[in-house]
Amino acid sequence: MTQRTKNFSGMILAWLWAGIPLAWGVSQTAFKAKALFR
Amino acid sequence: MFKFLDREQTVAKPGYNRWLVPPAALSIHLAIGQVYAFSVFNLPMTKLIGISHAAPDDWKLTTLGWIFSLAIVTLGLSAAFGGKWVEKAGPRKAMLASACCFSGGFLVAALGVKLHSILLVYLGYGVLGGVGLGLGYVSPVKTLITWFPDRPGMATGMAIMGFGGGAMIGSPMSVALMDHYKSATSMGVWESFLAMGLIYFAFMLWGVVTVRVPQAGWVPGGFVPSAKPQKLVTSGQVSADNAIRTRQFYCLWMVLFLNVTAGIGVLGQASAMIQEMFKGRITPAAAAGFVGLLSLFNMGGRFLWSSASDYLGRKLTYSIYFALGAVLYAFTPTTGHLGSVGLFVATYAVIMSMYGGGFATIPAYLRDIFGTAQVSAIHGRLLLAWSAAGVAGPVLVNYIREYQVTHGVAPAQSYSSTMYLMAGLLVLGFLSNHLVTEVEHRFHDLATA
Repeated sequence: MTQRTKNFSGMILAWLWAGIPLAWGVSQTAFKAKALFR
Repeated sequence: MFKFLDREQTVAKPGYNRWLVPPAALSIHLAIGQVYAFSVFNLPMTKLIGISHAAPDDWKLTTLGWIFSLAIVTLGLSAAFGGKWVEKAGPRKAMLASACCFSGGFLVAALGVKLHSILLVYLGYGVLGGVGLGLGYVSPVKTLITWFPDRPGMATGMAIMGFGGGAMIGSPMSVALMDHYKSATSMGVWESFLAMGLIYFAFMLWGVVTVRVPQAGWVPGGFVPSAKPQKLVTSGQVSADNAIRTRQFYCLWMVLFLNVTAGIGVLGQASAMIQEMFKGRITPAAAAGFVGLLSLFNMGGRFLWSSASDYLGRKLTYSIYFALGAVLYAFTPTTGHLGSVGLFVATYAVIMSMYGGGFATIPAYLRDIFGTAQVSAIHGRLLLAWSAAGVAGPVLVNYIREYQVTHGVAPAQSYSSTMYLMAGLLVLGFLSNHLVTEVEHRFHDLATA
């Protein structure tokens, strides 16, 4: 595996690690915020 | 065995992609940001003995309120006093210490809940967890700034955005865990603390393992540092001990303190305010939705405003926070008089985005004024302003409101004076920011990096 491939796959994994919980939290909050517009 | 934690072991190899570093910082900030969601445990913790109702020996809400306050005060103190150690130890050791303290805090608090000892909960989540918060908050700052010399505002904004997002993860996760563990004999609180301690430790460990510092003298490809001196961007380096001897440090301290005091003050009463200003039109569920929307703007503002500061300059960005903020705070009561919910929500949303932006832009401002050499330690010392604002903001707002209501002012009207006072604080902030100038050469006591 080249350094470039390692970097790329590492970056995808790293952003998923932080991004998935954040996206889940944001979606939960956005869902709650929807009540304001009903 | 612990050599792995040394700064030397974290130096990146040539060709390392710097975009791997922000997720490492995020994994710390997303975890410790949970502190803002701690209040979801308060109500269940008032029924630990009675389960379906509060028993006489159950803890009172006033007793429980101290857990959060202790954690925030300890955050400020540990960032202030531990900042120099963070500089010396490097990001990996500091992040691991943060993970151990923050998760350990949960575990000790779990024992405290199980044994029904409030002292253990205070010492656990409040003190030990608070140390984890302080060390974790400042640990990735310098690393990010050195990896992104071309966009320091954006880089630190990303991490500090994580702190805002942490509450959005912590709140629903806590509720889900308590629902899962709740039984006829338990509210599920200690079990949730135990689970969260372990989950957060594993989550933060990713940051510990993946964080890297650049090699000395590294600059990103294509980046040429400006040869021409930039206004308010120093080429010198000031130590943390020297920084606190400068007028600029105290001006920035006031900048952070006033921005946070005004923001925390109105954030705490947002739900009650919208319901009382628009009586009969806003239900409690809609008000909760409003608070959720503000959290999104608070988080988004951290990233967007601090990224914008890379182009606008730090001083101008704060001038916008304070000038536009003062106008919007003063305008909020008018939106209530006009009966426009949309305008009220939009005004509040912009205010909250600038409140978040104020937190996220400060590390880059410190780097501009004092250099990168000890920016984490200087940032840590400045964070005491946050602890002070955490006490001053709510006290100021609640006291003014109570005084007015007891003197016959209608609840809906009582918010007007609060908002005008907050606008006044922002005018003071504007002046403090105006006084920020370059640090005199005699304070440049460290070698230029």
